[in-house]
Amino acid sequence: MRSLSVLSLVALLGGGPVLAQGPTYGLGRTPTPEEVRAWDISISPDGDELPLGRGTAVEGALVYRRSCARCHGAQGADGRAPRLVRTDRPREDPWDYGRILPIRSPYAPTVWDYINRGMPLNMEGTLTADEVYALTALLLYWNGIIAEDEVMDAQTLPAVQMPNRENWAPLPDWQPGTPRLPGYPY
Amino acid sequence: METERPDRRAFLKKGAALAGGLTLGAAEPGAGQTAPTDPAQQAPAQQVPDHESPELVAYGVRSHRVTSVRIAHPPQGRPSPDEFGLIFHIATPLQDQMGAITPNSLHYIGTTRGSFVPDIDPKEHRLMIHGLVDRELIFTMDELKRFPSVTRPHFIECAGNRANRRMVTVQETHGMTSCAEWTGVLLRTLLEEAGVQPGGTWIVAEGVEEVKGASSLPIAKAMDDIIVAYGQNGEPLRPQNGFPLRLVVPGFEGILSVKWLRRIKVVDEFYMTYNDYGHLRQDADDAALSYQWGPKSVITFPSGGQQLTGTGFYEVRGLAWSGGGAVTRVEVSTDGGRSWKDAEIRGTPQRMAHTLFTFNWTWDGSPAELMSRCTDELGQVQPSRQQVREFWGVPEGQPFSVKGQDNSIQPWRVESDGSVHNAIA
Repeated sequence: MRSLSVLSLVALLGGGPVLAQGPTYGLGRTPTPEEVRAWDISISPDGDELPLGRGTAVEGALVYRRSCARCHGAQGADGRAPRLVRTDRPREDPWDYGRILPIRSPYAPTVWDYINRGMPLNMEGTLTADEVYALTALLLYWNGIIAEDEVMDAQTLPAVQMPNRENWAPLPDWQPGTPRLPGYPY
Repeated sequence: METERPDRRAFLKKGAALAGGLTLGAAEPGAGQTAPTDPAQQAPAQQVPDHESPELVAYGVRSHRVTSVRIAHPPQGRPSPDEFGLIFHIATPLQDQMGAITPNSLHYIGTTRGSFVPDIDPKEHRLMIHGLVDRELIFTMDELKRFPSVTRPHFIECAGNRANRRMVTVQETHGMTSCAEWTGVLLRTLLEEAGVQPGGTWIVAEGVEEVKGASSLPIAKAMDDIIVAYGQNGEPLRPQNGFPLRLVVPGFEGILSVKWLRRIKVVDEFYMTYNDYGHLRQDADDAALSYQWGPKSVITFPSGGQQLTGTGFYEVRGLAWSGGGAVTRVEVSTDGGRSWKDAEIRGTPQRMAHTLFTFNWTWDGSPAELMSRCTDELGQVQPSRQQVREFWGVPEGQPFSVKGQDNSIQPWRVESDGSVHNAIA
C-alpha cells in the first residue's frame, strides 16, 4: 500500500513518463552496431533494410546462368527446382499463376529478401547485394513487371508496382481469447 | 497397438484368410500370441542385446521390438530428405503414441521450403532483441536460462496437416502435429527487459539455419504466451526441433514457431518475410482461418489401417486440442455422426495442448463409423466436412479441400471384418 501511494504521489508531481520500465533482471549486453547490421537481414515491404547496391535484368541474366540455371532451368521454368516465371497463358488474376514469388508477392523487396537469404541452395549468403538486385530485376522482367533495362536499387525496388499489391487479405487483428473467425461454421 | 512388423504381417494374412463374412471371434488369439502354456514350462526370457554395453548404460534406447517411426508427409509427396538433401515435412506416428506427449524422437518436423538441420554450439549461440525497443540486448544461452522460466505443454501443428480421402492412416491424416512439454522463458519477459516502444506492433523472429527462416508475429501474441524455449520434454531441444533455441507460439500455425532462433526485431508493420509470404491469402475469411488453429480432435485407436481383433470391449482413444485455449468437451459418435456421447477427458486439459480422451465401446461386429468432436473454452466447435462444405457453398458431390487450416472431423469406418478405413467421402 505504501509503495503504491508513493508511486501515485510521484505520478502526480512529476510530468515525466514515470511508468517507463527499466530492465528488471539486468541480463544480457548491448549488441554492437556491427552485430546488429550483420544480422538485420529481414527486408520490410517498404524496403527499409535494403542495402546499397544496384542491378538490372541484363546483368541478372549473367548471374542467373552462373548460379541458378542448373536447378531452375535456362529460362526459370524447366528445372528440378521450383518454377520462377509465369506461364505463357495470361491469367486475369495473378493468384492463378500459382506460388511463383516474383508474380504473387505484393511487394518487390520480398523477392530480394528471399533470394538474399535462401539462394543459391548450399551457397546461401554468397551473392553480393548487386547480384541480388540484378537477379531480382531479372525475375521481375521475366514476369512482365519491369523493363529489361530498369535499374533496381534501394529506392526503385520498393516503388515497383506488383500486380498483387492490393490483392491480398490482411491478417486478422489477433487478440488473446478471440475465436479464429466468429460464426465459423456455426 | 505396437506390434513387431513380421508378426503383424503374419496376423494380417491370417485376418485376410478369415475374412469373407466371418468376424474375428473374441477367443481368437491376438497378434503374436500363442496358445496358453504352463508358465513353468516356458524358457527364461532372453537378454536384451547389448543391454550391458557402456553406451546403453549411459543413454537408453527403446526396445528393438518397438518399430514405430516417422514418415515423410504427405504420402507420395516430397520425400525427406529430398534430392537436394533437404528435410521438408515428417509426420508423427500418432497411432502408436501413448498419452498426450509426443516422444522427442518422434516429434513431427516441418520446414518451409525444406531445410538442412544446423549443428549449433550452444556456447556460441546468441539471441538478439532489437528494433523498436528502449534497450537492444543480446543474450547467451546461459543468460537466457537465468530468467524466470515456464514449463508448459503445447501442441505445434503444421498448416499442411490436412486429411483427404486417399490417406490411409492417422499418421497420414493428422501426423503433422505433436505435443511436448516446453521449457523456456516467456518472450514477454525478454521484450519487457528490452522495453517495447510505442509503434512496435509486430515482431520478426529469425533463425540461424541456412535460409535464416523468419516469421512475423503480432505484438499482442508476443506479449501473451509465446515461449522462447530451450527445453523439450525434460531435455534440451532436439536439433530437428530447433536446438538450442526456438519459439513456441501456442495455437498458431506451426511455421510461426521459428526454430534455431537467433533474432527478434520489434517492427511497426507485418513484414511478409520468408515464412510469411507463402501463407498469404486472397480472401479475408480464409486468412483468418489460416492463422490460429480451431478446435480439433481425432481418434487414434481404432484408426485407419488398424484391425480390430474381435467383437467386444474396446477403449476408443484419441487426442483433442485447440488453438483457442483448453479443450472443454469431446464427444464421440459410433454411427457416423447421427448420435453423440461425451468422451472422458483424461487429466486436466491444458491450454493449446493435446488432450487425451477415451470412450468405452463394445463392438457388436456390425459396420460402424467412428468420429470425435472437440469443443474449446471459447465455445468453438469442431466442424464436420459437410458443415465446412455448406459454409463455403461448395456444391454437393464436388470434391473440395477445407479452406484455412483443416480442423474438420475425421471419420473412421469399421467394417464387419474388423478392418478400419478412412471414411472421408
